[in-house]
Amino acid sequence: MAEKQFKVIAETGIHARPATLLVQTASRFDSEITLEYKGKTVNLKSIMGVMSLGVGQGADIKIAAAGNDADDALNALEETLKKEGLAE
Amino acid sequence: MPKVRTKDILEKFQLELISGEEGINRPITMSDISRPGIEMAGYFEFYPAERIQLLGKTELSFFQELSPNDRISRMEQLCTDITPAIIVTRGIDVPIELMEASERESVPVLRATMKTTRFSSRLTNFLESKLAPTTAVHGVLVDVYGIGVLITGKSGVGKSETALELVKRGHRLVADDCVEIRQEDQDTLVGTSPDLIEHLLEIRGLGIINVMTLFGAGAVRSNKRITLVMNLEIWDAKKQYDRLGLDEEKMKIIDTEVTKLTVPVRPGRNLAVIIEVAAMNFRLKRMGVNAAQQFTDRLSDVIEDGDQEDM
Repeated sequence: MAEKQFKVIAETGIHARPATLLVQTASRFDSEITLEYKGKTVNLKSIMGVMSLGVGQGADIKIAAAGNDADDALNALEETLKKEGLAE
Repeated sequence: MPKVRTKDILEKFQLELISGEEGINRPITMSDISRPGIEMAGYFEFYPAERIQLLGKTELSFFQELSPNDRISRMEQLCTDITPAIIVTRGIDVPIELMEASERESVPVLRATMKTTRFSSRLTNFLESKLAPTTAVHGVLVDVYGIGVLITGKSGVGKSETALELVKRGHRLVADDCVEIRQEDQDTLVGTSPDLIEHLLEIRGLGIINVMTLFGAGAVRSNKRITLVMNLEIWDAKKQYDRLGLDEEKMKIIDTEVTKLTVPVRPGRNLAVIIEVAAMNFRLKRMGVNAAQQFTDRLSDVIEDGDQEDM
């Protein structure tokens, strides 16, 4: 089980398009990947789940992965978040 | 994050804010309500300060009998920094001592027009549903023939597509992809959709669609009790699936057990029909008609009769 905290820096927060990118990245892996925000946890492979959180700028989020490719998944997600200027 | 704040009950019951406006964002952590009758008489040993305090006719008429000094000190003790609200019922005039004490400690004082007991029970109901334990589940909730069916399974297994087919057949969508579940009175699970994605369905290749505008108000509902879980999984030739339906598998959500069926998915299998039938069969079982049980009973009768003929 691997997890990491991020801070959302994008002005629009995790909006529809960036959410899609994250979900697409997460879906490449077999691990169970979750996103936690304000005490709510959703499946990061579910686009509606991620968007239902309405994550805004400045929010603290936690991504956790469990499974045999958990570390790779977390690295890939971190890369996506940083490349898109979403979070740090 | 607190689930209920004082301002929520102010809005919900359309109360009148008398004083202590600064404390309007105080969190309410328990559904118990206190009627501080004995505290009015001066006994503050076990004063439940963290509860909402309700002052009715009894408490306030007794309060008027007290000496001016007592009145001031009782109200000061009543207003603490953790008291979420003091509510005066029946539209009674709020004592000046209470207003002064509440302003000092920023305890909101509210006034209701309803009678005390009636208000108390409505408030308890409201707080209990708000403070009930909750969880979020990845799945789709649909109302099929009056049975709340939670469809679960891995991403991409076809949950949303199945829900769309069910909606097309006249059933109702409650939530897609993310279901917020609340446990009410010990063993009732009620599922709702997060506000942001209510009435929406995500179908791969189509994107986000609005079920209510597409199919009408009859195709959605805002909440539904969950009584059956249907777990979809990709067909695994090595796995044994239930062939008889004699045993019931259970799944635990919060502290409540719900019947769970595992249905394998394969191209060409019409899942919507299977879910419709599962819901109907579940109702039938509840009414006491169990096809699998009836069949095995018949089978054992025949086997027994066969034994006798041989003799």
